[in-house]
Amino acid sequence: MINLQHIERVFQVGDEEVHALRDVSMTATGGEYIAIMGPSGSGKSSLLNILGLLDRPDSGSYELDGTRVSELDEKEQARIRRHKIGFVFQFFHLVPRLTAFVNIALPLMLSGMKQAERQERVTTALAAFGLANRAQHRPDQLSGGQRQRVAIARATIMQPTVILADEPTGNLDRNAGIEVVEILEELNRQEITLIIVTHDPELGKRARRQILMVDGRIEDDR
Amino acid sequence: MMGNEKVAHPEYPMQIRDILSFSLHAATANRGRTLLMLLAMAIAVSSVVVLISLGDSARHYVIDQFATLGTNLLIVLPGRSETTGGPPPLLGETPRDLTLDDAMALTRIRTVRRVSSIIAGSALVSVGHLERELLVLGSTSELYEIRHLALNQGSFLPQGEPTRAEAVCVIGQKGKKELFGNEPAIGQWLRIGDRRFRVIGVLSPGVSLGEDLGEVVIIPVAAAQALFNRSSLFRVLVESTNSERMEQTRQAILDTIRVRHEGEDDITVITQDAVLTTFDRIFKALTLSVAGIAAISLVVAGIMIMNVMLVAVSNRRAEIGLLKALGASRTQILGLFLTESTILSSIGAGIGLILALLGMRLAAFLFPEFPLHLAPWSSTIALGVALITGIIFGVLPARRAADLEPAFALARR
Ligand SMILES: Nc1ncnc2c1ncn2[C@@H]1O[C@H](COP(=O)(O)OP(=O)(O)O)[C@@H](O)[C@H]1O
Ligand SMILES: [Mg+2]
Repeated sequence: MINLQHIERVFQVGDEEVHALRDVSMTATGGEYIAIMGPSGSGKSSLLNILGLLDRPDSGSYELDGTRVSELDEKEQARIRRHKIGFVFQFFHLVPRLTAFVNIALPLMLSGMKQAERQERVTTALAAFGLANRAQHRPDQLSGGQRQRVAIARATIMQPTVILADEPTGNLDRNAGIEVVEILEELNRQEITLIIVTHDPELGKRARRQILMVDGRIEDDR
Repeated sequence: MMGNEKVAHPEYPMQIRDILSFSLHAATANRGRTLLMLLAMAIAVSSVVVLISLGDSARHYVIDQFATLGTNLLIVLPGRSETTGGPPPLLGETPRDLTLDDAMALTRIRTVRRVSSIIAGSALVSVGHLERELLVLGSTSELYEIRHLALNQGSFLPQGEPTRAEAVCVIGQKGKKELFGNEPAIGQWLRIGDRRFRVIGVLSPGVSLGEDLGEVVIIPVAAAQALFNRSSLFRVLVESTNSERMEQTRQAILDTIRVRHEGEDDITVITQDAVLTTFDRIFKALTLSVAGIAAISLVVAGIMIMNVMLVAVSNRRAEIGLLKALGASRTQILGLFLTESTILSSIGAGIGLILALLGMRLAAFLFPEFPLHLAPWSSTIALGVALITGIIFGVLPARRAADLEPAFALARR
């Protein structure tokens, strides 16, 4: 359950103020599938970053599963990110020196899970995302689609309630892109809330609900 | 609701093993950076340790030399101490001679145990056709105890009135070898200047007061007065009965001589303590300044590490943002970077210590006569400073990235 109320986000660029988000309010219930669309620079990523607790709004309130997360301190926000939110980026953001296995295991490692327990969970995840024989490969030894699958495996390894994906297919060819979207939709069928940012209308149409952003405002929501 | 959250997701700290392996992996991922940092740290630590140790060894060497004087020793020299370091006294103001009678007067002081006079000069010493220039010391039998001399063979100067100029001598080991070879010297005659002396003893090799005892010939002080045609003494060595009474003895010596020299304070009395304190001060200052210079290299190493880490962190800014996005807190990230720079600085400092030990070994091999040791606190200080600078300079740049909101740290620049 997501409840955003009157979110403002202003960036200072030199002398100028850029309003990335203007009075944005929205709610989403558990298990929804939402596409956020709109032209470049309209504030889609800014909105997703706030939903993912990767950035703080200048004003407004954010409630996640009944907790006013916008008022939590840094440490508690980190905890929420760890347990409730899975983030998938356009540029994958894998740690280049670490293998696919270790990249997927990172959230478990940060949460202090013992190696033996981790082993099982990561192995299962690798198999589920078709990466069983890529466990010991480093990111530069993987294709774009495989990298994004590693990133999704990492985003879901903590069994979050929300998956936020910022143009997850932006760096992939068509086939790999469709594959990734199908994986995300499969996760959504398992009751995980899925919010995808995209400017591909075809991809956007697959979602049950589309939010259109223009110039920092929600222009349309249906 | 928050309460339920905490029950649902109990928090555990990261496993130590994971912290270590992650940090070690990160530390070794970039070979060039790691090698540069290790090198800077190793050079800095080894130079601090070696320089401090050399300074400390030199201090010990000099102090050991003077400590052999004995704590009860006072040295009387002609001339006022006020003139030391100043211009030489003007004509007519030359200090009164220090005479054998002055020295004998000192024996009557209650806190004085022994007195020995010294006249020094170099002279040609010959046996047959063999001739050597040696340091001739005119002295008395008391010199043996006062300067803790040791004999290889024979006996020292006979006891008795110092005014008796008996024609006997005690010769150093090296002089004996050069003049007599492997033949026994005891009972043989040698010639100093135009006088003949019978050898009655051979000194053990050693160094006393900076003089190599191997190249001296000791003769009765009265004989030396005649030989050098000079009545004034070079030094009078006084041993007091009690090391607690040094100041009292010093005053008594000054008083006695003042009376004999018509009210003039024209001698200087120095004690081992005074000499040692001075040398100790000089060498400590020297060691400190050397250590200071070496410490600069540590700071330079620290700055190098900071630069290297700065570059590393801006390359890894995205990584820090990612870790935060995955749920790492600021403290967790600082912990990881702290571990990383601790590992790097410890390895660097360890290599530095090994280099320092090897350097000291090499120096000891090259200069065997100079007693070298590792100053006990040098490695502690160097390690401490190295770890602290390494860790501070390693963590500071990471802090900047960890303070950013994850979205900013992740943003492509
Ligand atoms: N970190 C930032 N600093 C300054 N301006 C920013 C920053 N992030 C986003 N912006 C600005 O905010 C506006 C919205 O950006 P963004 O949310 O990235 O748009 P979108 O993802 O829809 O392309 C843009 O004008 C962008 O330039
Ligand atoms: Mg964007």
